[in-house]
Amino acid sequence: MTSQTVGPRPSIMRRILPQLVILIVALALNVAVFPEFFQIDFRNGRLFGNLIDVLNRGAPVALLCIGMTLVIATKGIDLSVGAVMAIAGAVAASVVVEGHGWGMALLAALAAGGLCGLWNGFLVAVLRIQPIVATLVLMVAGRGIAQLVTEGKILTFDNAGLIHLGAGTVAGLPTPILIWLALGALVTCVVRKTALGMLIEAIGINERSSRLAGINSRVLLVCVYLVSGLCAALAGVIVAADIKGADANNAGLWLELDAILAVVIGGNSLLGGRFSIVASLIGALIIQSINSVILLSGLPPEFNLVIKALLILGILVIQSPRIGTYIYMLKASGPQPQPDAPPIRSTKEETAR
Amino acid sequence: MKDTLTPDTPVLHARGISKFFPGTIALDDVELRLMPGEVHALLGENGAGKSTLIKCLTGAYRRDAGTLLLDGREIDPVSTADSQRLGIGTVYQEVNLLPNLTVAENLFLGRQPTRAGFIMRRQMNAEARAVLAGYGLSLDPAEPLAAYSVAIQQVIAIARAVEMSGKVLILDEPTASLDHDEVQLLFDVVRQVKARGLAVVFITHFLDQVFAISDRATVLRNGRVVGECLLAEMTQRDVVTMMLGRHLEARTKARDTGAAGKTLVEIADLGKRGLIAPFSLNIREGEVVGLAGLLGSGRTETANLIFGAVQADQGRVMLRGQEIAIKTPRDAVAHRFALCPEDRKLDGIVGDLSVRDNIILALQARQGWMRPIPRAKVEEIAQTYVRALDIRLASLDMPIRLLSGGNQQKALLARWLATNPDLLILDEPTRGIDVGAHAEIVALIEQLRADGMALLVASSELEELVAYSTRVLVLRDRQQVRELVGDQITPDNIINAIAIEEVA
Repeated sequence: MTSQTVGPRPSIMRRILPQLVILIVALALNVAVFPEFFQIDFRNGRLFGNLIDVLNRGAPVALLCIGMTLVIATKGIDLSVGAVMAIAGAVAASVVVEGHGWGMALLAALAAGGLCGLWNGFLVAVLRIQPIVATLVLMVAGRGIAQLVTEGKILTFDNAGLIHLGAGTVAGLPTPILIWLALGALVTCVVRKTALGMLIEAIGINERSSRLAGINSRVLLVCVYLVSGLCAALAGVIVAADIKGADANNAGLWLELDAILAVVIGGNSLLGGRFSIVASLIGALIIQSINSVILLSGLPPEFNLVIKALLILGILVIQSPRIGTYIYMLKASGPQPQPDAPPIRSTKEETAR
Repeated sequence: MKDTLTPDTPVLHARGISKFFPGTIALDDVELRLMPGEVHALLGENGAGKSTLIKCLTGAYRRDAGTLLLDGREIDPVSTADSQRLGIGTVYQEVNLLPNLTVAENLFLGRQPTRAGFIMRRQMNAEARAVLAGYGLSLDPAEPLAAYSVAIQQVIAIARAVEMSGKVLILDEPTASLDHDEVQLLFDVVRQVKARGLAVVFITHFLDQVFAISDRATVLRNGRVVGECLLAEMTQRDVVTMMLGRHLEARTKARDTGAAGKTLVEIADLGKRGLIAPFSLNIREGEVVGLAGLLGSGRTETANLIFGAVQADQGRVMLRGQEIAIKTPRDAVAHRFALCPEDRKLDGIVGDLSVRDNIILALQARQGWMRPIPRAKVEEIAQTYVRALDIRLASLDMPIRLLSGGNQQKALLARWLATNPDLLILDEPTRGIDVGAHAEIVALIEQLRADGMALLVASSELEELVAYSTRVLVLRDRQQVRELVGDQITPDNIINAIAIEEVA
């Protein structure tokens, strides 16, 4: 191969192409059921439109899947992110209710999320508990902790600064969009501009080899769960700010599953290894576009979950290895003429003799 | 009894068995004759082809050439179940029974006595009791298998295999996890099986056990039969010689022992209880210390202990006269130690990462994630070693798992050479790679030594050790038994040291 010193990752477009195609199809479905889907208005200093809604409503899952991608790259999984969202929302709400500013609330929520991430990391990296079990602990306990923080009520607040994080705009764009775009770019940059990404992939593929090569796998593992906790905390604050209250029971409910799904749709293997945060983020947008199709189609809401399941099943089937090899075979056997294959083999045999 | 050993009527006669894997010939025209009522030891170092041969016999692999005659009739087992039905039963080191089922259920699984589709449990238990009594075991067949020790489980596995098959019994390292008394229990059972006229194949790395129970042996090396012999006429030393092989024109090249420089590493009483006895070792710059010994003698353990892959619980390590603490491989790498492990797949390569990433992995890990090696520099390092070690690949971007064994090994060497180590530990650097790569790696070791690096090389290939070592340590039963220097380093002396039965 020729030298590839120019450009960071030459294959990035090829890597995310399937996800982009699916996203375009999902958006086209939106247009099919609602022709004005792409129409964007500017009113009262804010952009309005269905596309903006997809980007905005997709923010919590997008934030979760940033951390989740890293966790899954290490062959782990973080089931606790939904519960951590509830904890972070509860903490942020209780801090502003006690009269502190929104900055303090955000910091407290991030600290809570970070602690949760450290706890998961401790269970996985130090005690060597299987990630699915280790994070199940906090998934179950987390909502209880959130209820303890809110004392069992839905804790409402009217702190303008905090509400701005979920419902406000910056330069016309809803704040959540900017937050997930910025965080996604930041984390991608950090893992790809440093060696972090490669080291995370290495421990996900073969932890024994990585340890023998001198990689500090324990610290890295704790780090990815920490990042996942922080992402969940931000998502929790946005959700709470959006409804101006912390609902310990329902905030982030089942979102861990959407986040895992987004990572999988993003083409990242649950067996760990090579990962792409950008692809996961597109996966999150695909999920939100599907939600949007169902809403815009005007079907009765009782169809929602079934239709979503069918669409996602379709995506996963298209991405499955079996279908992948089938398509590959079709491509390989299709256009290429192959009349001169036998002579080549015979000459080879002759030279071997 | 000896009459049954007439050599003209083998129960199982395998002739001209060959098996090819991509890039290697695993078995080359192998013959194996099993007589009724004999215990036949199948001997050879790791990779000699023992397990491939067994898999061809039991139908787990399809052989590429050769015939199998069972009682004079040609057979062609396509699966292990098929060969069991034909009469060839196998018991593995890891008991492959179901620990949560009862002893009787394990014995009769798949052929339980039934009436109208219902299992007749009482009859099954009674039959099981009778069968086991035949092996001198009186135990409750209604108990779950897990209630009994590994040795008893082995016996039950043997009983199942004998009851189901009844002509040939293959024991693949059955004693690896048994203590002395349990081995005797197992041997009693084997003798009974033998008395019933079965042919027993016994595979083990313990030579004492081979001589204790076996009548004859077939020795394999590099996929070929080196010889078939009556063990009564052999000594342990003869067998070791056959297993390890040697072309006696021992290379008496001029050894430049004077080139060795200052002492780099001093290891004093380093050991770990239950794993390896404390050992002391000095390694100087510009010398290759060879570690010799049979499998299980402690070669790999020695290497792992020095590198911190296994944490020592006693002793100390001095580097250039200063004591250092090596608790993890990370510490070792920080002190410019490097270890190319024995199990390339499990401990070496990171399969899905590109060759390029694999080569810079250790260097990057030592630098820390904060200081990524610039892409141009990465490219330069990778290209340099691909050229220097002649690694054959289509692209540096391809996942390393797609490379052949020899090229993977070279890429791993490149990974460690890129860290510019002071001490390079190589554990079986030439295992499972083709002849060309083999010679290149041997040449590389000599080159590195001449450049002043300190090397510690564990290998089961004697000629190789003799070729590049300036000193050889011989290990036996996880202890150092001999140190050979200079002209003492010959295959003969190493074999003698390995085979000495009583160390004075």
